[in-house]
Amino acid sequence: MPLELYLDLHSQPCRSVFLFAKINKIPFEFKAVDLSAGEQYGDEFGKVSIIRKVPVLKDGDFILTESIAILQYLAAKHHTPDHWYPAELQKRARVDEFLSWQHTNIRTHGSKVFWFRGVLPAVTGAPVPKEKMDAAVEDLNMSLKTFEDKFLQSRPFIIGDQISVADLVAIVEMMQPVSTGLDVFQGRPVLSEWRDRVKKEIGVEVFDEAHKVIMNVDTLPQTFENKGLPEFLKLRIQKMFN
Amino acid sequence: MSLEMYLDLFSQPCRSVYIFAKKNDIQFDYKKISLFEGYQYSEEYGKINLLRKVPAIKDGDFCLAESVAIMLYLAEKFHTPDHWYPADLQKCARVNEYLSWQHSAIRIHGSKMFWFKLLIPKALEVEIPKEKMDNAVEDLNASLNLFEEKFLQDRPFIVGDQISLADLVAIVEIMQPVGAGMDVFENRPKLKAWKDRVRAEIGAELFDEAHQAILYAQEAVKTMDPKKMEHFKPKILRYFLS
Repeated sequence: MPLELYLDLHSQPCRSVFLFAKINKIPFEFKAVDLSAGEQYGDEFGKVSIIRKVPVLKDGDFILTESIAILQYLAAKHHTPDHWYPAELQKRARVDEFLSWQHTNIRTHGSKVFWFRGVLPAVTGAPVPKEKMDAAVEDLNMSLKTFEDKFLQSRPFIIGDQISVADLVAIVEMMQPVSTGLDVFQGRPVLSEWRDRVKKEIGVEVFDEAHKVIMNVDTLPQTFENKGLPEFLKLRIQKMFN
Repeated sequence: MSLEMYLDLFSQPCRSVYIFAKKNDIQFDYKKISLFEGYQYSEEYGKINLLRKVPAIKDGDFCLAESVAIMLYLAEKFHTPDHWYPADLQKCARVNEYLSWQHSAIRIHGSKMFWFKLLIPKALEVEIPKEKMDNAVEDLNASLNLFEEKFLQDRPFIVGDQISLADLVAIVEIMQPVGAGMDVFENRPKLKAWKDRVRAEIGAELFDEAHQAILYAQEAVKTMDPKKMEHFKPKILRYFLS
């Protein structure tokens, strides 16, 4: 039975899993989940995961959620090159440190800016209040500063000379606000150079393929207009940011 | 060269690291710090952990932040018994899955309850609007429901018959709202049974020792000087109430 990956490439953690599998030539069946249609709340997806999030991995009977866990699982099972998740104690600790920190920092703030700029106005029909928007951007800027000061510093990649899953997770998260037209790399030469390096290591073609959907996020209002937005989804979204 | 651990046992992730080290007889130099005194903002602590959070360890020259990364490091370095972080691919994935999910779920919602029910009203003397309080309680309950339905189910521990890092991280987070006077185990007999099991596995004495500070929080806050918290106030209010 082939490996199944339940993905919507609008989602940052779906992109890191997609890229990791592609780069390492891990064969998988792409099971598309349409988040904008609220498919994750449906009965069918509920049989896959009651947490109702993506990505999800299904390897035979084994179902696994959480991109970090999925990346660690794939790295171990498919014996991917060591640099992705090094065996050496301190190098691995540095990857784990970033993977842990990012959840409530770059991920949270990048997502928030994405929702505030790209999604909420399409759902509510109005822009987000300036004060809330400014606070969200300020938080994102602080996370990016911490990323540069602590996690990257003057190294080519987060843990040293070679790319790891830490860089992969970092870049997909940073691309989220970028997709709404907020270029987080502008005015940050060190970060831009790291981005170019990571993109090159991943492979520009597969990087662009993974990001095609999110870079077209300005079509989201039209999508909502065409498909309609399920009411429970609308309420959920509004509650998220009140 | 010795292992130094910078801990404040008011903090959930400090408790999991403390319990893990003690339970496994890992020798460490206990650097007890006070978050309420603001030590994390000192120049001295900045050299240990630029993120200015706890816990942090210093093992010789190697500094490491993030409790999950720290425990994985200690488990590996000190060859702790397999059940804490199993070598088996799928069991390990289950632990990783929980450790990842909890950051943005139980940890956030449990922390918020502690701040909303205790610290903000009592130490900062600010009232929490009813709607925000109700939402916070609802979020915590949703997380606890998912914990029981997906992560625990009918198993004695999260991964199966034996305790792992997942249970340790879960229990310290669930104890946080308890410290604020909220009985999360009321009407949750399965959760209570699991908690009793985990406490017994850890050792009641060690568990109670680690939780002494947080369970005393309601008393401690009575003697807290609101003026001392003034410098935290804007940051906290913005984080929780904006």
